[in-house]
Amino acid sequence: MAQITYRQAINDALSEEVERDENVVIMGEEVAQFDGAYKVTEGMLKRFGPKRIVDTPISEAGFIGMGIGAAMLGIRPVMELMFWSFSYVAFDQLCNNAAAVRYMSGGLINCPIVVRGPANGGTNVGATHSHTPENLVANHPGIKVVCPSNAYDAKGLMKTAIRDNDPVFVMENTILYNDKWEVPEEEYLVPLGKANLLREGKDLSIIAHGRAAITSLRAAEELKAKHDIDVEVLDLRSIRPLDEEAILETVKKTNNVLLVEENKPFCGVGAQISFLIQEKAFDHLDAPIRRISSIDAPQIYCKKLEDIQIPSVARVVNKVLEMA
Amino acid sequence: MSSETDIYKKPEYVSVMPDTDYSDAEVNKVLTPEQKIQLYRDMVRIRRFEERSIRVYQQGKIGGFLHLYIGQEAIAVGTVSLLGADDHVITAYRDHGHALAVGMNMNECMAELCGKHTGCSKGKGGSMHFFAPDKNYWGGHGIVGGQTPLGAGIAYALKYRGLKGCCLCFMGDGAVNQGAVHEAFNLAQLWELPVIYVIENNGYSMGTSQVRSSAFNEYLAKRAEGYAMAWDVVNGNDIYSVRAATAEAIKRAHNESMPTLLEIITYRYRGHSMSDPDKTYREKKEIQDYKEKKDPITVFQNILLAEKVLTDDLIQSIDKEARQEAEDAANFADQSPFPPEESILEDIYWEEDNRSEETTSQGTIIFE
Repeated sequence: MAQITYRQAINDALSEEVERDENVVIMGEEVAQFDGAYKVTEGMLKRFGPKRIVDTPISEAGFIGMGIGAAMLGIRPVMELMFWSFSYVAFDQLCNNAAAVRYMSGGLINCPIVVRGPANGGTNVGATHSHTPENLVANHPGIKVVCPSNAYDAKGLMKTAIRDNDPVFVMENTILYNDKWEVPEEEYLVPLGKANLLREGKDLSIIAHGRAAITSLRAAEELKAKHDIDVEVLDLRSIRPLDEEAILETVKKTNNVLLVEENKPFCGVGAQISFLIQEKAFDHLDAPIRRISSIDAPQIYCKKLEDIQIPSVARVVNKVLEMA
Repeated sequence: MSSETDIYKKPEYVSVMPDTDYSDAEVNKVLTPEQKIQLYRDMVRIRRFEERSIRVYQQGKIGGFLHLYIGQEAIAVGTVSLLGADDHVITAYRDHGHALAVGMNMNECMAELCGKHTGCSKGKGGSMHFFAPDKNYWGGHGIVGGQTPLGAGIAYALKYRGLKGCCLCFMGDGAVNQGAVHEAFNLAQLWELPVIYVIENNGYSMGTSQVRSSAFNEYLAKRAEGYAMAWDVVNGNDIYSVRAATAEAIKRAHNESMPTLLEIITYRYRGHSMSDPDKTYREKKEIQDYKEKKDPITVFQNILLAEKVLTDDLIQSIDKEARQEAEDAANFADQSPFPPEESILEDIYWEEDNRSEETTSQGTIIFE
């Protein structure tokens, strides 16, 4: 099977969906003429023209709101946020209008919009460009939240998100954009809410999402090679819906859980997962649930310290060694 | 800052009511007597609905906020009366007038105010969140200015589909200082969207007068010039003026796919909402002056009496019918059930409400 980058996988997903459905429009800052700030939409303007691939002004509240309005009438806009950090100036549009318009209208309206872009730290750009709001937006019923960790998922989840009739927020990761992964040539979809067992193991379970799942996978490989510890890695893929069944299954298998995420700790995704585990698998735990997240400070600029702030392979390995 | 007495003062540079006469405008000349009576009736219906809802509120049957449209009726009725099949409406939280104008019935509106299951949003939206997509009515939005990008999006969707339609997007005078409004204006002009932004300038953003909240350059609508957008100022107490100016804007939207910013000057008689005692920021005589000399219903009534379209008998019967309709709506709301408890978890996700073999999501989406 051919290996393609995470970036190419998203480009393929967007292109296939633009081709498939005339209502799909790709919109965002620099997505067309500039070929994408991170080149995710490279070549799409040339291929599909300016009606389908649309450059917006730097005006997130305006263009995201515009996409939501168009989606209410059945257009299926895929809006790129250059960084999910920029969603904060469009928060009213995302969390009042996209999230609640169906509910407030008693189900008369739905909003088939996708909002996508990178949501990660680790790139040496400081606090304003490094937010990971998957926990924040998942706190709003009405929204679906997806965090693909690899090219295969990025493509399959994106295509599913675009066909979804609810608002889906897809959080990508710039550090993963160049990572290659096996992706089949033929069309496939990955359902939302179906976690992926990245690695089977018997000694301990790591539950993670986004790039933290890949960090955990690397750590698990090192733990096996150097310490003969057999770690299972469950990649959540989507935060809402959440694959509770897969979480409980791995807990019951290894009885020892480490949660890894690039979110900040307070009310992070891990808080929800550990609540679930203590409620539904308490008797299966041999030890308290442990967690690794980004260190609880605004994202630091200094690269040397930022590498310490976000979860690293070394931090995961050390934590597992403490636990095992 | 203004001293305490200054807050009632209206400097010359706030938006002042234009006195242009539009009774001869083509769009008004073509009206049949029946159509004129219907416009009048629609205004009276809104007034009586709102008045009846005050009593329902005072009986403790309406919770939260209740923002009344009394005094502004000519705007919703005048603008909406010009819309065709591909024209759409979206507004802010003072939304009852527009809802009735687009053809929603009093029962579903009053029931929604009371949080009843028979309400237009099944009791889930409330006063500020009325919707009727089957009547091209997209709400009903609670955050000041938050609906203006949506209005651009509706216009975008029409243009994308190649339809000759437009979106009427209403806002209050307080909204013009919100960032989202200016982002929407920029997008509308930049992308040549057939959207008509209507500022219903009733003089006060909640309890803060326009002079205390907005930097003025003669008119609020003149801010459109910053975006090279067409704009106009309209006497909102005269439904003929409202229709004439709106017709021009619709023509621009339909024929040129270009936006317009209309500032329609109006007045609300009641407080910002029912929880506003209306004692601190304006003088009683100001309200009295509007009621006596500029009331949009009285103004139109006098015009139609002069035109011999209305008679005293007809005025009385229209009023009586509207009162009865509002009374029936209050009874309907009263007798309607509250939504069942399980409905709290319905209408959150389309996919959850439409589970079938085609739905793909797995896992938990609603949490305990």
